[in-house]
Amino acid sequence: MNYQPDTKGFYGDFGGAFIPELLYPNVEFLRKHYLEIIGSESFQKEFNSLLQDFAGRPTPLYFAKRLSEKYNTNVFLKREDLNHTGAHKINNTIGQILLAQRLGKKRIIAETGAGQHGVATATVTALMGLQCVVYMGKVDMERQAPNVARMQMLGAEVRPALSGSQTLKDATNEAIRDWINHPEDTYYLIGSVVGPHPYPDMVARFQSVISEEMKQQLQEKTGRDYPDKIIACVGGGSNAAGAFYHYLDNKKVELIAVEAEGLGLKSGHTAATTQTGSEGIIHGSRTLLMQNEEGQITEPYSISAGLDYPGIGPLHAHLFKSGRGRFMGATDQEALNAAYELTRLEGIIPALESAHALAALGKIELTKDENVVVNLSGRGDKDLQAYIKNLSDFEKD
Amino acid sequence: MNRIENLFQNKKNILNIYLTAGYPKLNDTVEIVKELENAGVDMVEIGMPFSDPLADGPVIQHSSTVALKNCMTLNLIFSQIQEIRKSSDIPIIMMGYFNQLMQYGEEAFFEKAAHCGVDGLIIPDLPVEIYSETYNDKVKKLGLDMIFLISPQTENERIRLLDEASSGFLYVVSSASTTGKISNMEQEKSYFERIQKMKLKNPLLIGFGISDKKSYDTACNYASGAIIGSAFIRALEKNGSIKQSVHEFIKTIRP
Ligand SMILES: Cc1ncc(COP(=O)(O)O)c(C=O)c1O
Repeated sequence: MNYQPDTKGFYGDFGGAFIPELLYPNVEFLRKHYLEIIGSESFQKEFNSLLQDFAGRPTPLYFAKRLSEKYNTNVFLKREDLNHTGAHKINNTIGQILLAQRLGKKRIIAETGAGQHGVATATVTALMGLQCVVYMGKVDMERQAPNVARMQMLGAEVRPALSGSQTLKDATNEAIRDWINHPEDTYYLIGSVVGPHPYPDMVARFQSVISEEMKQQLQEKTGRDYPDKIIACVGGGSNAAGAFYHYLDNKKVELIAVEAEGLGLKSGHTAATTQTGSEGIIHGSRTLLMQNEEGQITEPYSISAGLDYPGIGPLHAHLFKSGRGRFMGATDQEALNAAYELTRLEGIIPALESAHALAALGKIELTKDENVVVNLSGRGDKDLQAYIKNLSDFEKD
Repeated sequence: MNRIENLFQNKKNILNIYLTAGYPKLNDTVEIVKELENAGVDMVEIGMPFSDPLADGPVIQHSSTVALKNCMTLNLIFSQIQEIRKSSDIPIIMMGYFNQLMQYGEEAFFEKAAHCGVDGLIIPDLPVEIYSETYNDKVKKLGLDMIFLISPQTENERIRLLDEASSGFLYVVSSASTTGKISNMEQEKSYFERIQKMKLKNPLLIGFGISDKKSYDTACNYASGAIIGSAFIRALEKNGSIKQSVHEFIKTIRP
């Protein structure tokens, strides 16, 4: 089984570029040139130096002793939460901003859900002195208000997406429409392994630094460069793609992807794409998505704005269909509990998204001699409101 | 010869009007098409409302949202088209997004469309390469036209490819935009001239941002006619009967 896309961007049955002709020139140009540009020595040099000195990489691989005791196994946390701006998203925005610069683009657009990708984009556009417009669902702007303020302070314009469910899906639609309207000067900086080819592959490559570092860190800490299990949450799937990337072909590593079940699979308020979705097209990619029998895309729900997306990237659809990945879900409540637990056991407040990955620890069989890496994709500052609101319930239990 | 070819052979300055099926009311589609025909419109493009219409601006997005709230479905659109066909030979194009076809079943969709008297299809997010490889034979066998779009950014070589894959006509998008943005037709003259000089296989219709008599007339100078969408949808939002709204609007385009 091959887990890299073919030249047309297909991972098995999934991927490709199902886009209006108006986007074709831009997307085709990227397709033809992205590998050559990001593979070049000067690009790699600049990319790596910014990852190190600006983002603060490598991020630690932390052995979580008390969490390990609780689950009777060896849990390592890949500390993407310690990146500049608080999540893995910066790995990708640094990569894409360098690409946009080399293409001579002056205006950057992005979509954001939790606001983490928006903040990471506004950060690199400030760094490079480029204009930045971020589309964000109106509902998300309300529930992630601190991130809206951060983006604005960084000089970005945040435009509310007012269509549909007013969340990440609609923000992505608006960004794509903006790109259609500004094909010459604008670069669309996508925040996850979604969208038309070559975006899923490009974003996965920029995020692959996560598993590249993991290999070396595991070698040092465990004497083996691979773990038994890697657990990551999946919204679009970029932190998971980065954490899985260098282990895709190593069958000894179990790849566990955790989706947001929201209020539960049968509640009608969920974002668990593989469990409730089917094959179709979303945002230019053939993949799994949540839709009705007419092909109308349904509105997802999760307490976590970053996981509130009705699709997954084509790589993940392929991992799911081929059986290479193990897909499971965590509800709002399970994620909240996992977040409180990590806070009290390890002194780390995780992002609500990452808390879904942590919740999987309580839902899978684990043994004493196993090494499990949980990709802690982000920190919880942005989610404090939700945490504070629900804390008393947790403490009652 | 199908209805579309027949039209282009016999008429100039073709006026093609886009409407969203099921908007403003679920069962308005048939009446709107009939009134358009009575008002002298040459061809209609019936939009299949979609939850995430990437190529569309706010006006068509809104009409799609309303139509979906009205519970529009593909099968209902097909039966409305059958109803229209009982008394009309106006060329009919269906416009929608590929995911809708995938869930219906692509083959089943093409067969049903042909059976109901649809003449052509516009699927803006179906890549021409995948169409040619996978669907062209079936679509042609059923006598349907597949119409592709070109924009000011499309390179000549690709224009030829899209022209080759199209039949009926080629859809010339007036400017780099989603639907409904008023385009500056004067600015695009060199683009229209470039396309005109290419001597393409298909006749041309210019669309996106055509909103009034002036932009319609300009389009007719460079192509076989024009397609009007958002401006017409907006006209339907006005008070008054459908009959009145349709006739008043068409009179502003062709006094
Ligand atoms: C901290 C964090 N983790 C995960 C995600 C989900 O995105 P992805 O699945 O692309 O990693 C987000 C998205 O906003 C996020 O902010």
